[in-house]
Amino acid sequence: MDKAIAVEMRHITKRFGSVAANNDVSLTIRRHEILALLGENGSGKTTLMNMLSGIYFPDEGEILVNGKPVVIASPRDAFNLGIGMIHQHFKLVDVLTAAENIILGLEGRKDLKAATARIAEICNTYGFEVDPTQKIYDMSVSQKQMVEIVKVLYRGADILILDEPTAVLTPQETEKLFAVLRNMREDGKAIVIITHKMHEVEALSDRVAVLRQGAYIGEMMTKDTNAQEMTNMMVGHAVALNIVRPEPKDPSPRLEIKNLSVRSDDGILKLDDVSFTVNSGEIFGIAGIAGSGQKELLEAISGLQPIEKGDIIFHNPKKDKPVTFFHKSMKRVRELAKEGMFHDKQGKPVSFDGMSMGEIRKRVESGDVLFREDEIMDLRNKTPLEIRSLGIHLSFVPEDRLGMGLVGNMDMTDNMMLRSYRKGPQGFLDRKRPRDLAEQIIRELEVVTPGTSTPVRKLSGGNVQKVLVGREIAYTPKVLMAAYPVRGLDINSSYTIYNLLNKQKENGVAVIYVGEDLDVLLELADRILVLCGGKVSGIVPGRGADKRKIGMMMTHMGGQTDAE
Amino acid sequence: MRNETKREPLFHITKRSVLPWYKAWGIRGGAIVLALIVCALITTLMTHQNPFEVFATIFKASFSTQRRTWVLFQNIAMLLSVSLAVVPAFRMRFWNLGAEGQMLVGGLATAACMICLRDVFPNWLVIVCMVISSIVAGAVWGVIPALFKAKWNTNETLFTLMMNYVAIQLVSYFIIVWEVPKGAGKIGIINQSSQIGWLPSIGGQKYLLNIIIVALLTVVMYIYLNYSKHGYEISVVGESERTAKYVGIEVNKVIIRTMILSGALCGLTGLLLVGGTDHTLTTSITGGRGFTAVMVAWLAKFNPIWMIATSFLLVFLERGAGDISTNFGLNQSFSDILSGIILFFIIGSEFFINYRVSFRHASKQEGKAHV
Repeated sequence: MDKAIAVEMRHITKRFGSVAANNDVSLTIRRHEILALLGENGSGKTTLMNMLSGIYFPDEGEILVNGKPVVIASPRDAFNLGIGMIHQHFKLVDVLTAAENIILGLEGRKDLKAATARIAEICNTYGFEVDPTQKIYDMSVSQKQMVEIVKVLYRGADILILDEPTAVLTPQETEKLFAVLRNMREDGKAIVIITHKMHEVEALSDRVAVLRQGAYIGEMMTKDTNAQEMTNMMVGHAVALNIVRPEPKDPSPRLEIKNLSVRSDDGILKLDDVSFTVNSGEIFGIAGIAGSGQKELLEAISGLQPIEKGDIIFHNPKKDKPVTFFHKSMKRVRELAKEGMFHDKQGKPVSFDGMSMGEIRKRVESGDVLFREDEIMDLRNKTPLEIRSLGIHLSFVPEDRLGMGLVGNMDMTDNMMLRSYRKGPQGFLDRKRPRDLAEQIIRELEVVTPGTSTPVRKLSGGNVQKVLVGREIAYTPKVLMAAYPVRGLDINSSYTIYNLLNKQKENGVAVIYVGEDLDVLLELADRILVLCGGKVSGIVPGRGADKRKIGMMMTHMGGQTDAE
Repeated sequence: MRNETKREPLFHITKRSVLPWYKAWGIRGGAIVLALIVCALITTLMTHQNPFEVFATIFKASFSTQRRTWVLFQNIAMLLSVSLAVVPAFRMRFWNLGAEGQMLVGGLATAACMICLRDVFPNWLVIVCMVISSIVAGAVWGVIPALFKAKWNTNETLFTLMMNYVAIQLVSYFIIVWEVPKGAGKIGIINQSSQIGWLPSIGGQKYLLNIIIVALLTVVMYIYLNYSKHGYEISVVGESERTAKYVGIEVNKVIIRTMILSGALCGLTGLLLVGGTDHTLTTSITGGRGFTAVMVAWLAKFNPIWMIATSFLLVFLERGAGDISTNFGLNQSFSDILSGIILFFIIGSEFFINYRVSFRHASKQEGKAHV
């Protein structure tokens, strides 16, 4: 406790309307120390740190920097006091180089050469791998983050705040970041990291402070505590920290990807000869560094991304099930009959030759027309609408929840309608059924919202995700794809999502789970496909997989052999 | 590192959560009252007139005689009609600034039918042709930028704006072709004696038909935008094209379809202006309504029912400001100053609806009040 105090926040209170985001919080940040600020979503971690970095101004309380009371009214004040914050969303200009971004907005003459030299010096001191002349758009997420950190160091910050810095990094990149942070600690900087990943807190921090619902709960030295105790403090009651993983029940191939290649709009090969099969009743995990082609893969399957080469084959589990007009048009039924796809209950082939439309309809509706075997459908280059009209239930929980999966400004009812609005009376909307669905989701998934008519962007991250996942599950999918479904969610919401996915798996759905937290993938997935630069570097069984090995496979091809 | 102690800033600006509607309208009402006070002060300072007389003038401009009231409603109807035409595009975040041009070509098509078909077809058939051709002309003018947007992702704001100038030149050309008498440079009243192609007047009121049509249109547009599948698709595309694609909405199709609608309604407004009331064609027949409509739609947050109120407000104030300058012997620019002040306050009030400004001492007290 003899380390110099860098910042003292005393009795800080911040209210938004009638909600107290922080209530009488006192916190001490010391030099030569990494402080982990723990708390669930909405517990006020980010708000507290935003007051330190000049984004918000406290309603009550005082802040002392280096023992002197200060007023931090703007980010500039914070910067003058040596406080720098690295946000979750990077604030970099894509078309500029690292060095240009770093000196952007600084006063005085801009000497790029001198700046480049200083940047190189900072990089050497702490072990950053940043090329000052590289353009941001050429950089990986981890590199961009490094640029952000170098930027605040360049500006003379010696109190650094990192808001969930590892959310987008691979295990190797996380290790690199931690090494850099440890170097900075040795150099006497005060570092705060906001996180809710327990194993990172244990690996990196010296001290832990816990917030819950805006209130300060307590702090302790990391070496004196453990994950279970910290979680209990965060949540306020004891939580079980293991994820269940039932054995898949009679898996059969559901989705087959064959030699799939996809190019982005600007001609870059994003997926290169990717092949795999996903079975029903399993959770198929996809691991990889951010931007290794996960997004393109899911979008190609759901018909949002043109395919250059390859096939996406869907096995519709229809064997011995009656044909209905619910998903098939009359035209399609006649086509399939011509191909000999149907038989009746006695097993005799069904032919509609010489029958009128009415007779065919009657025959089909009698339930005596059954599929001979599972329907094989090629989804290659079909639009989402065409996939739907083939009767294929493909659900997709995209990474960008409010920008793609949902419409933030619309209420829950209208968001439910996104999938179903085409049904119902000609021309006009039927809002009753979507509203019922919204109410059902609120009840069953315990969504915290004032009501079905609140815009979804007003909900917290966890609740937004429950709304989205709830809608996609309500669509009774055969394949459910989820991209980073627990990103930014607190522990309780994350477990709700894991349970929902497991329930779908038990119902025989093929679940594809793209994840970033390898610990979770290893506990949840039955099989894990590892992507590296758009190629498959291997598929490993989830049970008993080695995290380090998967990490290697994520960073270079043929990682399996290198790891031996 | 500088480490100076500073005083707490004078005031903070924070984003409000949702304001109850009555408070929001209270703020707007307050803004209008403030605007009127400032207008009165300025008028009094410059003309030494009693400010209440000034307000009376504003009111009288619209309500002193029956005729004036009819004109007021006609102007509201025309402004509202254009606003209704642009609102579906705006909801889609497609900034159709080409309402002027779309109205002009609608009016041009109307005038063309009145002039070229008067000796060929009976009156009713001429009117049918006018309706069809004006709607088609407006729709074509509207769909061209949409097609370019869909195909090559051109900027619709510039494109629609440029189409206005093309329309103006086109109308100028045809005015010379059809000018009466030769060399006059204008068309004059078309078919003044035969009244062929004049839209019928209801109950002897020349403006009533327009007003009824626009009233119906308002209700239909409200239902279309809020309760139809098309309206829903428009909203989704406007909020997020990626979401639209994700759920299988064909974005380009929606853009093109909506711009056909938007242009068609502008064309229809052109018909109401040329065939219904003015019975002539000039390049200034639209009266800048295509641009004022942008403000009407924004102020009403793209809600057709609220647009009745905002178009009333704008027309009422504009007419009042006009009368102030004539009654007190000031030139037209003075009325522009007054309209400008009023609009400044109305638009400025939106800031106070979205943000809360709390002063240094007030903020502490308010903070305590919340506990």
